[in-house]
Amino acid sequence: MKNHVLRPFIVFLGIVALILIARIFLVPKDFGIGERGYMYGWHRHGNEEEWKNQIIKVKYMGKEYCKDCHADKYGSINKTPHRIIPCEDCHGPAGTPEGIVHYDADKRPKLPIDKSRAQCLRCHYPLPYPTSGRSKIRSIDPDKHNPDIECSSCHNPHNPMGGLR
Amino acid sequence: MISRRKFLKNTALGIAGGALSLAAFEIIDPKKLMALEAADGKKIRWVFLVDTYKCVGCGMCVKACKLENEIPYDASVTRTWVERYVLTKDGKVHADTPKGARDGFTTSKIDLGVSEEAAPKDILAKPEENGVHTYEDINPADIDKAFFVPKLCNQCENPPCVQVCPVGATYQAPDGVVLVDRTWCIGCGYCIMGCPYGVRFFHPVYHTAEKCNFCYHRITKPDPQNPKTFMKTACVQACPFGARQIGNIKDPNDPVTKIIMTERVGVLKEEYGTKPQVFYIGLDKEVR
Repeated sequence: MKNHVLRPFIVFLGIVALILIARIFLVPKDFGIGERGYMYGWHRHGNEEEWKNQIIKVKYMGKEYCKDCHADKYGSINKTPHRIIPCEDCHGPAGTPEGIVHYDADKRPKLPIDKSRAQCLRCHYPLPYPTSGRSKIRSIDPDKHNPDIECSSCHNPHNPMGGLR
Repeated sequence: MISRRKFLKNTALGIAGGALSLAAFEIIDPKKLMALEAADGKKIRWVFLVDTYKCVGCGMCVKACKLENEIPYDASVTRTWVERYVLTKDGKVHADTPKGARDGFTTSKIDLGVSEEAAPKDILAKPEENGVHTYEDINPADIDKAFFVPKLCNQCENPPCVQVCPVGATYQAPDGVVLVDRTWCIGCGYCIMGCPYGVRFFHPVYHTAEKCNFCYHRITKPDPQNPKTFMKTACVQACPFGARQIGNIKDPNDPVTKIIMTERVGVLKEEYGTKPQVFYIGLDKEVR
């Protein structure tokens, strides 16, 4: 082969070798084909575990989490139509992004209660929509029904049918 | 008399057409999927069920999702959202999803967004503050039907977003959930363009592709109250009305599986061949 062909060819081979060597160090050991083959499963396997346990902590614990300490509230709301609303929808999630949960007695995060009118209006603003459950919920016109005060100053959200305060 | 060129061209076309898999034209059949997947030995394939009759548009699911999955609360991106459809007697479809329904729907006015004429050229800066936000009043007497449709990632059986990833940063886990490897994503945005459902976006903090992953950190952990089952996603748990449910299509006793197998359910954009795994009860043809 002529020299002017051979020399660039050697350079080319060198570059290919360099890339292959760099690849050994740069590509993680667990990178490969998953169960779905090249098209859908080409990934770093360790990432599955990272999503399961490391990247994000559980924050919404669910109603049963509150039951033991707040048995009175848990019991009373369960007798009303508001029993379907999970505690954390109004009280905020029991866990924090740092992984501190409400059970941790020392550093327990204070849960900010959303007492705003907007919170109640999420369901109780009148939207007369046929074919949607929304039209079956009792509602008020927020511009006419005591516009300046919090709903909870008169209505008890844990016992909405139990008369005014 | 056929020319040589024409003959070769037609032959090539015929072979290409014949080679096209029949599967490309197949319409999704959950029963077949369940049988097929039960046979392959795996135990879990997560699916989702949305009952649009039950949804009242309170948006608690969106709020819970943003807080649970640490999506910046005031950024205009979200892993799940709720759309409102109001169909009036004049045949028009009015649809909106203000802030993805993070704060619910607390007005009967339809949010038309920021009008482009009124907005300055630099619309990316802060559209809400610079443009003119317009709303449309709907007379309740004109409404034929109106309802809410929660949207989230369909965890497609054939996810186009995964196919287009050039680096293997997004993939389908063995239980069917499509995940994004934040350390591996180069932020090219192909997957965001590739998703027919528009569920992907850039995470404002990590600058990598972000999507609903059915709260993967929750559904892979046993439920503390009932260790035989798994935790529900944050949106399912936050929904007061049971409009959202998650289930395992490979478990024939799963209540969600039973509904999908025995009741009338629909999926979004099935003509794309992505085989979406979020099933809807009460889907209307106007829902896109």
